[in-house]
Amino acid sequence: MPTFVYMTRCDGCGWCVDICPSDIMHIDTTTRRAYNLEPSMCWECYSCVKACPHNAIDARGYADFAPLGHSVRVDRDEEKGVIAWRIKFRNGKQDMNLLAPITTKPWGKHIPKLADAPAPSQDMRDSQLLFNEPKYIRLDDGDIHTLESNGLTMKAGVYY
Amino acid sequence: MITYNPFSELTAVIPVYAMQAYVVLMALMVVGGTLLDVIHKKSAQYFFENSEKAKKSAKRTVGGGEKASIALQTIANEVLTSGEFSDQRRRMSHLFTMYGFILFVVTTAVMIFAYPTSATPAPVIIPVLWHLGALMLCFGGYWFWFFIRVDVSAEGHPWYRLAQADIFIVSLLATATFALIWSLLQSLGASGLSMLFFVLFIVSSTTLFSTVLWSKFAHMFFKPAAAYQKRMTKADGSQENLPDLPELTDPAVKERYPDIPEYMGDNPPNMGLGINREAPHHY
Repeated sequence: MPTFVYMTRCDGCGWCVDICPSDIMHIDTTTRRAYNLEPSMCWECYSCVKACPHNAIDARGYADFAPLGHSVRVDRDEEKGVIAWRIKFRNGKQDMNLLAPITTKPWGKHIPKLADAPAPSQDMRDSQLLFNEPKYIRLDDGDIHTLESNGLTMKAGVYY
Repeated sequence: MITYNPFSELTAVIPVYAMQAYVVLMALMVVGGTLLDVIHKKSAQYFFENSEKAKKSAKRTVGGGEKASIALQTIANEVLTSGEFSDQRRRMSHLFTMYGFILFVVTTAVMIFAYPTSATPAPVIIPVLWHLGALMLCFGGYWFWFFIRVDVSAEGHPWYRLAQADIFIVSLLATATFALIWSLLQSLGASGLSMLFFVLFIVSSTTLFSTVLWSKFAHMFFKPAAAYQKRMTKADGSQENLPDLPELTDPAVKERYPDIPEYMGDNPPNMGLGINREAPHHY
């Protein structure tokens, strides 16, 4: 679902140009508004859609995602730490709002200070385990956590 | 220099009616250029169709009083204080450029129509405001040109790389800069050089007002319309098809989206500015 820009909403601030990992969001030399210069090279990461402060960028959904002519829009709220999606079908009858957390802790406050960690011993270097294993895969808790060990079961299909 | 009306000396060389005719011609060019721009870009048609589309997905009807209040809010926030800019440096630069331009244009018209000759001296405040307007325009404009302009700040292009989108800002800055240099040289008595900078001032101002169709001059007319429409879509609930961002502590929201209390707790804290902590200068 490559992205596109609504020219009347864009104010040419350059957030999308800065954030695009594919370097395809650029500023038009005639109107000084952003545009996706090569939609076929779009990774569809939606970084630009989420970063745009004016919600001026939208995704053009494929037909297997929703019938053509639909609108798929996103609003990322940094301060609330959530992202909201809305998919509206062409006839307006199917209108879905979705909300999901994007962080569980305040931004930038809990970045691990890896430089302060002690250097690995020779035993650790010779071991097959990676940094912080088994702690990070929680083997020291008994074993790897699974659905069964957590009392959960896999449900078929998509559910909310 | 700043208390001196540079146009009064000019009457020795250029008749008053010619100066007045030039100002009227420039005003007509702006009106004509804007109308052609509206026809060419079909912006009026776009705004009309967009508002019709928004009406179809509106959740409530906005009354006349509320519309007037939204119009006033748009004037107070977006028009008078450039509130639509999320980057505060850009907002400041825009305010300097906008109010500098308004002061410069209004005082130019006042000096040419009300106090054209040295026989009718202008009150000191008028030329002071003319110079102040040009200085504000230069400050905001050069700040934008060298540091804030997206081509430089996000695209990483050098400041001297020109594109068609620069017609407006370049001719605007050239007009104010040449006007200030012309006024300075005239007050110093350098008549030959001052005439050269006067010609440059006229060339750049003619470029500014005659290229409305190709430049972004008309943004000062359609941007308020876009801002008003954006506020209207929020008021009528259509919100440009954007999703709702509900209160996370609302029990109905917690029930509808159980991930929120599960991962963020019952009372999620303010998570801070996120990517807005840094300016977009990572090229």
